Amino acid sequence: MTDLNKLTIVEAQQGLRRKDFSSVELVTDCLEEIKKGDEKIHSYLEVFTEDALKQAQKADELLADHKKNLPALLGIPLAVKDNILIEGRKCTAGSKILENFVAPYDATVVTKLKNQGAILLGKTNLDEFAMGSSTENSAFGQTRNPRDPSRVPGGSSGGSAAAVAANFCLGALGSDTGGSIRQPAALCGVVGFKPTYGAVSRHGLIAMASSLDQIGPLTKTARDASILFSAISGGDDFDSTGAKSKTEIPTDEDFSLANIKIGVPRQYFARGLDAKVEKTIRSALDRLEKAGATLKEVDLPHTKYALPAYYIIVPAEVSANLARFDGIRYGHHSDQARDLLEVYNLSRAFGFGAEVKRRIILGTYILSAGYYDAYYLKAQKVRKLIKQDFARVLEEVDFIAGPTAPNPAWRFGEKTADPLQMYLEDIYTVSVNLAGLPAISLPGGLVEEDGQKLPIGIQFIGRRFDDGKLLSFASLVENLLVV
Amino acid sequence: MLSKKEVEHIARLARIELSEDEKEKYEKDLSAILEFVEKLNEVDTSKVEPLTGGTDFKNIYREDRQVSKDLEKNQAKMIEAAPDREQRWIKVKKVFND
Repeated sequence: MTDLNKLTIVEAQQGLRRKDFSSVELVTDCLEEIKKGDEKIHSYLEVFTEDALKQAQKADELLADHKKNLPALLGIPLAVKDNILIEGRKCTAGSKILENFVAPYDATVVTKLKNQGAILLGKTNLDEFAMGSSTENSAFGQTRNPRDPSRVPGGSSGGSAAAVAANFCLGALGSDTGGSIRQPAALCGVVGFKPTYGAVSRHGLIAMASSLDQIGPLTKTARDASILFSAISGGDDFDSTGAKSKTEIPTDEDFSLANIKIGVPRQYFARGLDAKVEKTIRSALDRLEKAGATLKEVDLPHTKYALPAYYIIVPAEVSANLARFDGIRYGHHSDQARDLLEVYNLSRAFGFGAEVKRRIILGTYILSAGYYDAYYLKAQKVRKLIKQDFARVLEEVDFIAGPTAPNPAWRFGEKTADPLQMYLEDIYTVSVNLAGLPAISLPGGLVEEDGQKLPIGIQFIGRRFDDGKLLSFASLVENLLVV
Repeated sequence: MLSKKEVEHIARLARIELSEDEKEKYEKDLSAILEFVEKLNEVDTSKVEPLTGGTDFKNIYREDRQVSKDLEKNQAKMIEAAPDREQRWIKVKKVFND
């Protein structure tokens, strides 16, 4: 067989168990595709060629034993965003300050993937410390969108999204603070799932904004996202925000579209949304309605305040979380420093890129004496109102639907001059993180831009800890959405 | 909005040395962002309690005992991660002046 790298996780699981092919063959096809195509795309920062093949051999031995109850991900090759720690491997977070940092332990999600027998192929590129929406902020070069290499893959998990879209892996992990899984998934035409805040442990994820950060999967199908979510979710002593119990995932038979009510917020189709994107999303929703689902127009009146609240809360938390990069315990250390203060000032000046510095300085200002109430406290109050908006609407409907991002993938450099332009790309995703809800981006069709067909994403938002229902719904409808 | 002097002061608090170009750029960028977030003042929040985190949990306690031996075997590696060290000590420039 050839092109095994193009399989979904479900197909690969079946093929491996039927002995149609081995894990070594599956991993080899991924590695060869990476060798052939990733020089141009640059989705990986590091590929573990030797170790991946060694692990695949071990998986094949287990598979040959015909044992029952083999772990779900046995022999399945996956990629991991480079802000998630893998013991003994570099973890750069896309930053010069961590260029040579080697992780001393595994993130909880990585431990879980390893226990499930997954093969880790390598670490994927990202905006520095996950701050950005295009992966242009990486200190190690930009990632290209496999659907059109003259365009960005989205971000910050742009490397993971591109690796899945280019079949350089079967699935990948990303992290999502304000859309960093869903938006690149939309721009690259793959599935991206942000679980409920607290459903997946963040132990071993390099923290950006701790009240919002969540790890989740990027995959080719919703069913695959469900499998990866099952593998990584559940409580953890190392993350006190974690839910104690695992989220149940109902099977497809548990509900039919006829019983599903979908809320369509007026505010998600207002000014700022590209006309072609709107048309495509509307027609996808029409198909859901024809298939039996009920659509209902709903109101999320505080939607326009989500981005301003987000851009107060995030920099504030960033400025605190990134204080640990001091040039002393790990990371870049300036040789020019003459005293302790200069060690801090110069190591951080050299190590951090422009967007990271911008957020640290803004956050420091917001939290400084005299400004805390006006900015941070105010934003937390508005955050409460945004959460209440969602809670009210989700009492009437099962899910909320709309575009994942206002535009398809843009060209490199188009939005780098003005940070606010870049921030606006997250307009539909940030409010979900502020409310702590689960949301998935599914391929929603194609729009034409300069003669090039580009994918867009449709986002479905669910109730808190209704991750299982949302994923089952997504599997049920993903083939209905695109013509 | 923000003056250059304020940017310099905040950068000092944030422990980041800025070049003259950066100071100018951040003065402009941060003023624009602060103007953008001003929008929140349109919202009446006089009767709203702040949402201080991502969960409704209050304080999460656990017994004060070791739950994993994960890091035990890795002490040496964690010290090796420090850029300046001597044996098993992390070296820091002097904190007090002579």
